[in-house]
Amino acid sequence: MTSIEAHVLQPYKYGFVTDIESESVPPGLSEDVIQLISAKKGEPEWMLEWRLKAYRHWLTMTEPTWANVKYGPIDYQAISYYAAPKQRPKVESLDQVDPKLLETFEKLGIPIAEQKRLAGVAVDAVFDSVSVATTFRAELAKFGVIFCPISEAIREHPDLVRQYLGTVVPTNDNYFAALNSAVFTDGSFAFIPKGVRCPLELSTYFRINASSTGQFERTLIIAEEGSHVSYLEGCSAPTRDENQLHAAVVELVALDNAQIKYSTIQNWYPGDEEGKGGIYNFVTKRGACRGKNSKISWTQVETGSAITWKYPGCLLQGDGSIGEFYSVAVTNHRQQADTGTKMIHIGKNTKSTIVSKGISAGHGQNTYRGLVKIMKGAEGARNYSQCDSMLIGDQCGAHTFPYIDVRNSSAIMEHEASTSKIGEDQIFYCKQRGLSAEDAVSMIVNGFCKEVFKELPMEFAVEAQNLLGISLEGSVG
Amino acid sequence: MTDQFLLEIKDLHASVEGKEILRGVSLRVRTGEVHAVMGPNGSGKSTLAQVLAGHPAYTVTGGSVRYDGKDLLELAPEERAREGVFLAFQYPVSIRGITNSYFLRSAVNAIRKHKGEPELDPLDFLQVLEDKLKAIGWDDSLMNRAVNEGFSGGEKKRNEILQLAVLEPRLAILDETDSGLDIDALKTVAEAVNQLRSPERSFVVVTHYQRLLNYIVPDHVHVLAEGRIVKSGGKELALTLEEKGYDWVKPEGAAVS
Repeated sequence: MTSIEAHVLQPYKYGFVTDIESESVPPGLSEDVIQLISAKKGEPEWMLEWRLKAYRHWLTMTEPTWANVKYGPIDYQAISYYAAPKQRPKVESLDQVDPKLLETFEKLGIPIAEQKRLAGVAVDAVFDSVSVATTFRAELAKFGVIFCPISEAIREHPDLVRQYLGTVVPTNDNYFAALNSAVFTDGSFAFIPKGVRCPLELSTYFRINASSTGQFERTLIIAEEGSHVSYLEGCSAPTRDENQLHAAVVELVALDNAQIKYSTIQNWYPGDEEGKGGIYNFVTKRGACRGKNSKISWTQVETGSAITWKYPGCLLQGDGSIGEFYSVAVTNHRQQADTGTKMIHIGKNTKSTIVSKGISAGHGQNTYRGLVKIMKGAEGARNYSQCDSMLIGDQCGAHTFPYIDVRNSSAIMEHEASTSKIGEDQIFYCKQRGLSAEDAVSMIVNGFCKEVFKELPMEFAVEAQNLLGISLEGSVG
Repeated sequence: MTDQFLLEIKDLHASVEGKEILRGVSLRVRTGEVHAVMGPNGSGKSTLAQVLAGHPAYTVTGGSVRYDGKDLLELAPEERAREGVFLAFQYPVSIRGITNSYFLRSAVNAIRKHKGEPELDPLDFLQVLEDKLKAIGWDDSLMNRAVNEGFSGGEKKRNEILQLAVLEPRLAILDETDSGLDIDALKTVAEAVNQLRSPERSFVVVTHYQRLLNYIVPDHVHVLAEGRIVKSGGKELALTLEEKGYDWVKPEGAAVS
């Protein structure tokens, strides 16, 4: 199996460090630190109060241990909660952005300089704790679309933020969500007004650069009645021996007939072959389908992080609303992933679809954990779940924990699961037709993930390809 | 003088999991010839086919194989394929989510790249495919399905021959292509193979039963037993075998299992 594994277990390509002067607050967490963060962001009083309330609640909580992952204790006092490149550039003028930052994002394949921008994609680039640039803002504003760093939205659009922030993921939702609510630094805010189809893909790229810091981003997307938006996030971090914490919260709100498509390409540093270093990716993502016939679709390609703990879910409140979850999670070396979704059916005739593909290689451990809950009033609810696992080698593991809770007898539930193994016979078959082992593995893995890849926005097909080190061409063959 | 042989196997020994299966096979195939290798179950027929293709489960412990003047055993399986060695598998594997058409185009392009020829884009490839299908009289119904996924036994075998047609190998090894086929499917496959016979292409047809050879008439027939070729002859040898059974040729002192 070694030849197969060698081609799957490619080295991390985004592990470089940008040498840039940055300012950070000393490690440690206290009300003083939260006040400092809030002051640095120029936040109004209500925001600070909101943070402090979350912090005080967090102090009463204990870290969850139910996930199928193993790691040592996290010292929350050893983490710096704010780091930013010095001389923060004005967002309006890219000329003032430190060229090292532009270079960094360009190296990551996310050009933000005017002349090199990705066509059809507006990008918010977040470096450590701050947003350094957001492209195409003026163009979006013509349509009434607001796309900006959340720190700016708190200052410029306080009514919108106050109305929605914390309404999908309450500050006391869980340990990491509470921590995030207390200390979040930046992230993206998007507002799509009534009836508007967002003319561009919206995208945020998160880069952790500074050491001994955590990244705590917060994203809020609001789609008003009849609007449509497609959003994609990507991320990476330098190669380091230490574990760094990334605890994000993402909230989505879809009103009547609105549609939000949220795609993630997660490529945080996964740690080395022995499991040294890597990001702890403990993330809470949830979307509320508040309106009738609204739709929220999550697509995630999770290839990085030492540990992934994340369950993007949907609250299907509006009658006829639809939730979707498409996931590819890859664990190799010593990576661990416990990921899946929560679909809560509340409204009548709500539908959810779950397609999860777990790929384990090396000593990787991959767990699918999903909850489908049909509430009493959810007449005529439907769910389809499909969980497929692929094993590469004989040292890895795949686990599936589907929870189903049905309280209305009219529900129709379907669940399918499979486990397969890439074998030498499959590789040999491809080689006998002239393909290299690398291309063979690519093809087999790609075919396995096809149902998820076809959900990704076209513009990001290349990025997914780079990440899995595999060719996407097969999905359009 | 060896140049006139496309394939020259000398005293080939091979084992799997420490057990010797091939115990000194020698066989020479000229360009354009069709050789049938027959033998009872467990005689080593499929092992011979797999060893020629380079399956990693088999270890060559002695002897040599020359192909087109090269040491075949020195080449990696994918290099053998790109040099024109094709194996029609007895049990083709399936690849979920990848269409036959995409798979075949990738294979064609891997081979073209090896030869220094430009790769075919999807439209060019469709044209090539159409021509090949026309030549063997088949439709494209298998092309947009995932590789062997949910194929019937007959469809899988047909798919192997279709790949043979498109990849245009110089040496085609058919490993029990007749197994599991009813008589109609057998005829369809055999007719396609006959269309693909050419003075530039050699075939090694591995089969247990003579019936395939009624349709694909070989130039030479060899009988393999206990890892050695124990008898060689013309096409009439297959008929004699059919009549007398494999016991007729079994090596002295050995029971045929």
